[in-house]
Amino acid sequence: MELLAFGKTGWGDELFYATLMTIAVSISAMLIGFIFSIIFTPLKLSKYKSLNLIGNFYTTVVRGVPELLVIYLFYFGSSGALMYVASIFGYYEYIEINAFITGSMAIGIISGAYSTEVFRGAIKSIDKGQFEAGKVLGLSKFIQFYKIILPQMLRLAIPNLSNVWQITLKDTALISVTGLVEIMRQSRIAAGATRDPLFFYSIAALIFLMLTFLSMRLINKLELKYRKGF
Amino acid sequence: MISSFPKLINATFVTLKLLSASLLIGIFLGLFFAILRINKNVFVNKFAYGYSYIFRGTPLLVQIFIIYFGLGNIEWLRTTFLWSILKEPYWCAIIAFALNTGAYTSEILRSAFQTIKPGVIEAGKSLGISNSKIFYKIQIPIAIRQSLPAYGNEIILMLKGTSLASTVTLMDITGVAQKIISTTFRPLEVFIIAGSIYLFMTFLIHNLIKYLEKKYSFQQ
Repeated sequence: MELLAFGKTGWGDELFYATLMTIAVSISAMLIGFIFSIIFTPLKLSKYKSLNLIGNFYTTVVRGVPELLVIYLFYFGSSGALMYVASIFGYYEYIEINAFITGSMAIGIISGAYSTEVFRGAIKSIDKGQFEAGKVLGLSKFIQFYKIILPQMLRLAIPNLSNVWQITLKDTALISVTGLVEIMRQSRIAAGATRDPLFFYSIAALIFLMLTFLSMRLINKLELKYRKGF
Repeated sequence: MISSFPKLINATFVTLKLLSASLLIGIFLGLFFAILRINKNVFVNKFAYGYSYIFRGTPLLVQIFIIYFGLGNIEWLRTTFLWSILKEPYWCAIIAFALNTGAYTSEILRSAFQTIKPGVIEAGKSLGISNSKIFYKIQIPIAIRQSLPAYGNEIILMLKGTSLASTVTLMDITGVAQKIISTTFRPLEVFIIAGSIYLFMTFLIHNLIKYLEKKYSFQQ
């Protein structure tokens, strides 16, 4: 137990900050994922075949390739890509991107593919009459979506989004390969320093269990709120 | 770039070996724990629930590290025969994958068991078929058919999961890809080649499951 003490003697505070880092990466990855799904869900639902193709390409490729491979692509590729873009504008210095940003981008793109599928499914399962009613009332496309489709879509999407959140949370463990100090990386450092890997990896597992447990409770509450009247 | 292709093809066999071994063990574990889950005894039930909760609630990476780095560090384990298994990263990876996929499989099979219509079992009973025969000849085949689509997803998730074997020094597709990237600094090209191999396998698995679903569908 001394190993988990806060302060200089134990690893308690380090693990605590690492947990905060994991939560921060997960949330920003989830938000980046939402941005991606806002772009790609309309593409997947579009009438035009070519736009469908782009949307399908994104979700199929990202969901079919291991997360670790995507992370390696971002880890090794992002600063090169950025330097290439910068060189067009006449900037030739070495650019290094922060591990937090590359990590949340990589996990965000993965999470985006899953939430795109969730949103697509949710919109598809809204009754057609709802769209038609909006049209008949002469509402603008924006109001139609914002006031009629979006609230219903959220209600249908929340249970599945909670799965996406779980996947995203667990995927952040993989960012430890890039050196970002989140739970896994911190446990690895602690395990190396104290020569007690079993203890620290078990603690890491416990922290993850706690995070998934707590977030499930929170999401269940949210679900109840949006379910009002059904 | 072309020269890295044969290396990646060789690594594909490592990935496939890891995948098939862990799925094979995982399906038995899954069936075992699914049967425990539908057991009426509270303790047995809770035990199986705890197993699936822990393995589904933690990242696969943690599980591999606990088994490979953690268990290998226990002194007395090193003196037993288990050490000959635990010192091999290959077996550690398979154990972790099998336990992980077992947890997901048990959930899939449990929900399949629970959605079997009671009428089917009653029909068996009224025909005077013994309970164990009902279980093996009626419930299990129906449950397997019911869970095919979800299990197909699980196979694909596991295929992606095997990429974590590269973190315990195994040279699977991702491991080789990472090594090539860090020596050649051509991340995009390697990603495209390795990614296409994974996508091709996903495509094959997807179609195999679709074929099986069609073959074993109820309405013919």
